[in-house]
Amino acid sequence: MITGNRVATRLWQVLGNAVLLLVIFLTVMPYVYMVSASFKPGEELFSIPVQLFPDSLYLGNYDLLFGKTNFVRWFFNSVFIGVSRMVLAVLISLMAGYAFAKFDFRFKNALFIMLLATLTLPIYVLIVPLYSMMVTFGWTDSYIALILPLAAQAIGVFLSRQYLLSIPDEILDSARVDGAGEWGIFWRIIMPLSQPVIAVMGILFFTASWNDYIWPLVVLTKDQMYTVSLGLPTLVGPYSQEYGAVMAGSFLSAVPIMIIFLIMQRRFIEGITQGAVKG
Amino acid sequence: MQPQLDEAGQAGARKTPPRGATSKRRWGGGRRSAVAPYLFLLPFFAIYCAFLLYPTFSALWLSFQKAVALDTPSFIGLDNYVRLVQDERYLHALRNTTVYALASVFILSPLALAVALAIRSFLVPSVNLKSFYRISLFLPFVTSLVVIALMFSLVFNKDFGLLNSFFRSVGLPELNWLGSERLAMVSIVLVGIWTYLGVNSLYFLAGLQNIPHELNEAAAIDGANRRKTFLYVTLPLLRPTILFVVIQATIFSYQLFEIPFLLTNGGPSDATLFLSPYLYEVGFSQFDRGYAAAIGYSMAIISIFLTVIQLLLYRRFNR
Repeated sequence: MITGNRVATRLWQVLGNAVLLLVIFLTVMPYVYMVSASFKPGEELFSIPVQLFPDSLYLGNYDLLFGKTNFVRWFFNSVFIGVSRMVLAVLISLMAGYAFAKFDFRFKNALFIMLLATLTLPIYVLIVPLYSMMVTFGWTDSYIALILPLAAQAIGVFLSRQYLLSIPDEILDSARVDGAGEWGIFWRIIMPLSQPVIAVMGILFFTASWNDYIWPLVVLTKDQMYTVSLGLPTLVGPYSQEYGAVMAGSFLSAVPIMIIFLIMQRRFIEGITQGAVKG
Repeated sequence: MQPQLDEAGQAGARKTPPRGATSKRRWGGGRRSAVAPYLFLLPFFAIYCAFLLYPTFSALWLSFQKAVALDTPSFIGLDNYVRLVQDERYLHALRNTTVYALASVFILSPLALAVALAIRSFLVPSVNLKSFYRISLFLPFVTSLVVIALMFSLVFNKDFGLLNSFFRSVGLPELNWLGSERLAMVSIVLVGIWTYLGVNSLYFLAGLQNIPHELNEAAAIDGANRRKTFLYVTLPLLRPTILFVVIQATIFSYQLFEIPFLLTNGGPSDATLFLSPYLYEVGFSQFDRGYAAAIGYSMAIISIFLTVIQLLLYRRFNR
């Protein structure tokens, strides 16, 4: 009977892993196809049946991407916007989270509930007036329109507060006794202690900015101000069918996030799944 | 994620030079200041009020107005909302989006649970294999939806796409994935499943890891088989996670923009018109700002409704 169980267990293992591998295969396949298509000349890309691997490494798509489009500029824009928005969002979230975790003040609960209420507010609710504001300020086609308005994300305050609650008050009090100012305590004690939550927020905010599409679509009109996400789809249109170049650009635009993900995957997954456990 | 009093923190604390009475004027050094919390809140809430709260309320006011392009807006009360329930295209978009949301709940979520169980259970003995699965499954979630839409526009291409090429090679009929009214929605659901299966299974995995092993073992000792353990031990304990996944999936389904916008552009003949691309069309192509604001508020109401349900159910489960 024990041996019978063992055989059954083995069978389940093989079967389960086979199903999982199939799921992984289906997940990875489109990426392989994308990378392979980026190294194919047009006629090979449109040939039937589809060859998964190109005959030879054709670099024409990359030439076209770098030479004839603004891709390099888009890439720079995305990096600049992503880093700026991330730094700003992390700093203000951590400061606000610190206030909620370690201070008592009037309207604390009211403010917190207000943040809770807007946590899942879709941007579509406010996008029309927000766009009008950008027009009024003369901020369309500017970096500031992409950095400042979306920097205040309630989720950052929640993550920071949650994390900072577990830092013992005694450390802060002893610093106060030593005469440290409040800003000094934040800068020299809270910031260094918060590295894990800073990393989680940094990843979240940078990825969100890098992948953002609707807001750049609304506020950007000049080609040289485009982000990568906004620029790539414009390469396939009624006047050009540069699928190879689009795939090359898609591949290159996915690389930075994938590298960050692979280096910091524990933090990444932790940051994303935290909400599921804590609810 | 526990903060550790590492060297950096301790050293940081010690580096702060003891200050005398002179520093007490700066930010209330040496004692708890009443102003300090407000100063810490200020930068966040300044941006939050200016670019989130103000436009949110301004949109509410706008939704009661007839405001087209640069014409002077005029107050029309609830007319924009009345127009919503009479607008064929809006109702169509609402229906399409709801179909997608239902698919997320009833197809995607159970699949994700199955994958999580497979990774979690005895099926995957090796730790390395487990983290390999984890990384690969997570990849689509960190890929931008724009890239995903572009990738799948090629995969689903009826003439030279990967899928039809595969169908031909195994002798199945080739299908017009994105161009036929019946299949376009199916294609979008498939892309949705492909994109979110991994992250949802990781949510479930995190939930499963919170269930103590002893409970499963106790059930096994009491003679429960695997199916019974799953139904009467695992599933009830997983309820908060299931709820979280389902509500998240629903909320994000109603906000989906890039995939229908870039993959099918709502077509063919509005078969894949979703709410957010419709709002974009009304607000930024037809410049009917008042009506677009009303569409936005209808989406907010859906989202708030779902969030409230989540909180209420969550409270009940945790009691």
